[in-house]
Amino acid sequence: MLWIPAAAALALVVLPVVGLLVRTDLTRLPGLIVSTPSLTALRLSLETAAVSTLACIVLGVPLAVVLARSSFRGLRVLRAIVLLPLVLPPVVGGLALLYLLGRKGFLGYALSVAMGVQIPFTTTAVIIAQTFVAMPFLVVSLEGALRNAGDAYEQVAATLGAKPWTVFRRVTLPLLLPALGSGAVLSFARALGEFGATITFAGSLDGVTRTLPLAVYTQAESDIDSAVALSLLLIVVAVVVIAVARPRALEGNPS
Amino acid sequence: MKKTLAALAGLALLLTGCGSANSGGDSGSKTLTVFAAASLTESFNAIKTDFEAAHPGVTVKYNFAGSSSLVQQLSNGAQADVFASADQPNMDKAVQAGVIDGSPQIFATNKLTIAVAPGNPKHIASFADLAKGGLTVVVCAPQVPCGSAAQKVEQNTGVQLKPASEEQDVKQVLTKVQAGEADAGLVYVTDAATATGKVDQVQFPEAAQAINNYPIAVVKNAPQADLAKEFEQYVLGAQGQQQLTKVGFVPPGH
Repeated sequence: MLWIPAAAALALVVLPVVGLLVRTDLTRLPGLIVSTPSLTALRLSLETAAVSTLACIVLGVPLAVVLARSSFRGLRVLRAIVLLPLVLPPVVGGLALLYLLGRKGFLGYALSVAMGVQIPFTTTAVIIAQTFVAMPFLVVSLEGALRNAGDAYEQVAATLGAKPWTVFRRVTLPLLLPALGSGAVLSFARALGEFGATITFAGSLDGVTRTLPLAVYTQAESDIDSAVALSLLLIVVAVVVIAVARPRALEGNPS
Repeated sequence: MKKTLAALAGLALLLTGCGSANSGGDSGSKTLTVFAAASLTESFNAIKTDFEAAHPGVTVKYNFAGSSSLVQQLSNGAQADVFASADQPNMDKAVQAGVIDGSPQIFATNKLTIAVAPGNPKHIASFADLAKGGLTVVVCAPQVPCGSAAQKVEQNTGVQLKPASEEQDVKQVLTKVQAGEADAGLVYVTDAATATGKVDQVQFPEAAQAINNYPIAVVKNAPQADLAKEFEQYVLGAQGQQQLTKVGFVPPGH
């Protein structure tokens, strides 16, 4: 009985991709994909998504540990706030970032006066936008794993005389690795597909802020064939990411 | 019992009401669907009010977007009665795609202007000033009409801009200037006019070399073909032209 809805769900995911493939002009495809703007966009996308994922890990791991292991008033509120970028339309996130870090935003203004740094329209803006939307994926998957694992091992380590930093490094972190892997893959995938916050906050310029999704959008205005080719490129990258990460991360290795 | 009857009666009313709306009979209400370029938002909304007042029972429904997006929607089977494009190439594309009935007519022209913060704090006086260092300039991407017009001006003047961003449509350029993120943006005269008070404009003579023509046409197999024809004539006629001129469009042939 579950077969019918399951097949429908699968069709909903697969058929649009088939539609895209059918629509592709295969003779022009190689030329369109290796064109300079496509490769520039691909490179920018991979680089920014990699840096964002790193930022998600550096900032998200401590946050997840704090959320899972502390108990204080307002923790539930804090947890909800962390999820905000997940439910917020990305364009709204982009606007929020713009009014914080833009030239007229209070932090952006302080930065430009104090250090002469301007964030909008730079690659940094792309990375900030991507980190903003991708971090909840990492935090949520980590926090869930931490809470499931409980803190018995950590307590034992502490009673055996390990200092908090040693406990974190030698016990908590290894326990976290599978969840960290899946969280990082999800964050990378989300960063790679980021569109709304980027175009609102960072703008769209070839080689600086125009990532693959933005390039698809721009190309669709004039040359739909090349937009389709770029879309395929994005799909291929996504499939590669899933294929590389799936066995270890997404299927929940129990080790 | 009374309640049930009332509910049933309400349901019946609702059903018959839906029926007449769907059939779109002569006496009932009609909906005219117009696909129009984003830069026409203000003027066409004013025209809607006039047109609906002159045609009781008619509702004009707009889909405002970039002209090329609209062409794509039309060629992929979107139902519409009228298409108004912000440039000739996109109307040509629609004609080639076989979604246009009859021949398009130019109903307005528009040109670029420089939008700056109120009071022009960066003292921008000419198109060439935009190429000066230290200015954050935002333009439209060359793939959309306002961007190709900007490119044409660049080619004609030999002034090479280094934009901070190439936006997807003219309203986004205007937004960046209004938000203070950009010092200057190339927008249409009509867009700058809709944001009076929030941006100032610096007109430049070279804009005359990149005039955008706005064609309008009835869509093939339009559900309301007759009404569509009337709307087209209305836009081309005196009342339509008056609304367009109000926001800065120039009538064709001027």
